[in-house]
Amino acid sequence: MTGGTGRVAVRLRVDLIACDGRGLCAEALPELITLDDWGFPITVDRLVPPRLLADARETVRACPRLALRLDRLRSRWSRNPVTTGPAADGGDSRT
Amino acid sequence: MSAAAAFGGSQALWFVSRASGLALLVAFSGVVVLGVAARLGSAPRPWSRLALSELHRTLSLFSVSFLGLHVATAISDPYVTIGWAATVLPFASPYRTAAIGLGALAVDLGGAVLITSLARQRLGYRGWRVVHWLAYLAWPVAFAHSVTAGNDLRIWWVALVEEGCALAVAVAMVARLLSWWRFPTERLLG
Amino acid sequence: MKRGADLSERLALPRLLPTGGLAGPTSLAGHLARYGPPPASLDQRQRESLIAEVARAGLTGRGGAGYPTARKLAAVAAGHAPVVVANGTEGEPASAKDKVLMTRSPQLVLDGAVLAAEMVGARETVIVAHPAARRVMADAVAERARARFDQVRIRVRPAADRFVAGQASAVVHWIERGVPAPRASPPRVTERGLHGAPTLVQNVETLAHLALIARYGAAWFRSVGTPAEPGSMLVTVLGAVREPVCAEIAIGTGIGQALDLAGGRSAPLQALLLGGYSGDWVSAAVAMDRPFSSAGLADLGAGTGAGVIAALPAGACGLKETAQVVRYLAGESAGQCGPCRFGLDAIAGQVERLAHGRGADPRLLHRWLGQVDGRGGCAHPSGVIRLIRSSVRVFDAELRQHAMGWCSGTARVLPVPPGRSR
Repeated sequence: MTGGTGRVAVRLRVDLIACDGRGLCAEALPELITLDDWGFPITVDRLVPPRLLADARETVRACPRLALRLDRLRSRWSRNPVTTGPAADGGDSRT
Repeated sequence: MSAAAAFGGSQALWFVSRASGLALLVAFSGVVVLGVAARLGSAPRPWSRLALSELHRTLSLFSVSFLGLHVATAISDPYVTIGWAATVLPFASPYRTAAIGLGALAVDLGGAVLITSLARQRLGYRGWRVVHWLAYLAWPVAFAHSVTAGNDLRIWWVALVEEGCALAVAVAMVARLLSWWRFPTERLLG
Repeated sequence: MKRGADLSERLALPRLLPTGGLAGPTSLAGHLARYGPPPASLDQRQRESLIAEVARAGLTGRGGAGYPTARKLAAVAAGHAPVVVANGTEGEPASAKDKVLMTRSPQLVLDGAVLAAEMVGARETVIVAHPAARRVMADAVAERARARFDQVRIRVRPAADRFVAGQASAVVHWIERGVPAPRASPPRVTERGLHGAPTLVQNVETLAHLALIARYGAAWFRSVGTPAEPGSMLVTVLGAVREPVCAEIAIGTGIGQALDLAGGRSAPLQALLLGGYSGDWVSAAVAMDRPFSSAGLADLGAGTGAGVIAALPAGACGLKETAQVVRYLAGESAGQCGPCRFGLDAIAGQVERLAHGRGADPRLLHRWLGQVDGRGGCAHPSGVIRLIRSSVRVFDAELRQHAMGWCSGTARVLPVPPGRSR
């Protein structure tokens, strides 16, 4: 869903089956990714802030196992691109 | 002929070709060593796995410019007839067919690795990985090309550089092999 | 809808299991005599109306997740060249219901599988059967084949003997490549499953209910149970009861009544494990008067899960039981995801220390529970965390005793298969 400013709501997801715990992602994007006690990434369950979007894309590219994804969120309600307020209204199309 | 004139003669072209070829070998060797280091996580502090991985990527892209220079000067050189086709078609060069052919083969293999890496996210992990193994073939072929296509090994420091590259890559390959033998968690085809 | 038996008989329980003291599996003839024939081959309109009937019936999955069946049917029916998988893996050691259903009423399960296939437009169905029931299922399929009963092809495969093997994508992975490990989702198996086809994975009990809804309708199905959770379900009652049993109850039946079906408790009880090994402990005093339904147990933090009701006597140590189960579950990790493979092992170590009063670190355990919960390729780690959290809640008195160095008991109540080497 794009806001009136044309921004996209995305969430960072890790496929833990593909993940090998190599830790490059936590180095590249410490604002959104931390490592658990066994070296595997914990992603924050929030939307990626617009200022980190480029870094997030780079981090997704850098993962040696291609285990990271940026999931676009679709709004349940609005087909109209005009929104007010934050895009984090919970209207997502996750599983 | 005008390009040759711009470069100041056949001697200059040939010289640049040999120099860029050596630089390319050094860069390619660095790429292989960095690739193995990034994979094995053999990162002493303050080097990070991310830094090794990104360096591996950056250096490989940078090597393409050395390759371009190496190939363009060799083919533009009027003293020998190689032909543009021989860049990618092995054994299409009338001059030193086998030696140049090895170079073309290295370009083909390395090119496949590079292109699949650039398109990795579209290709998916398994497709990318199968082709990436070809890098271990591309390097020996490139090395064989470097020792057969030119006469520079008689220069002592060139020989030293070549031996250094071979040693570094050999160590990396052995390390990779040992790691795979000890931790065979990944099946060959992903 | 075809009518088979007498109306009053049809309204009574059991519905899925044979009545009377029948020893072996019901034959095809016996099955048809009791229930009547299933609906004949369906055209498009009939398929859609049948799915709508299932929606009206409010049937939900009986494998533990409780997903609305009609919704899953519709999703798969929308796909191209779908496949149906009847999931009789029953990886849960404490549960016997799927094995019992398959060995006593195999034809009902097969009816359900075939009907589900017809409803979604599949030409084939694969029955993944627990080894204990595989032979009976194969014989039942052969019986149908001899009678040329179905237009849908039926294959029977033995299930893998692992806890996570019953997970939907793991079943598909097992059939495809012999690896009983869950696969990444998205894509969901309803979109891309067995050999890339949209796949309906349904617990065998759910399919059995489906076979009866197709005959008798939604109103009949809803005549027992609660309005929010209609119908009947199979439960496995074990532990400190006189006669452990697998029985069929109306959803919402009192837990005390469910225990009575197993001859009543054999000792004073301290707690119950509800749902399964991914379920929850509840204190016996509180739970005895509760209905066995998700709504009735929600405020206790529990649910019906896979229908397990395990009774823990006062003389047992709930922490030791939990520790044994957690160690087993940690060993059953598919080993694909770091938090599960390493985290559960570490957590199991801490829970064992709690159980044996050997210097556990509660803060570390709490940290790890938070780190592992909800992370992984399937819900396995979350289920373990859930069990542990409920055990700490329910057995807090036991925890205090352990801290002082003594323990209620050592009785081993919950069945835990012997450990396997990785």
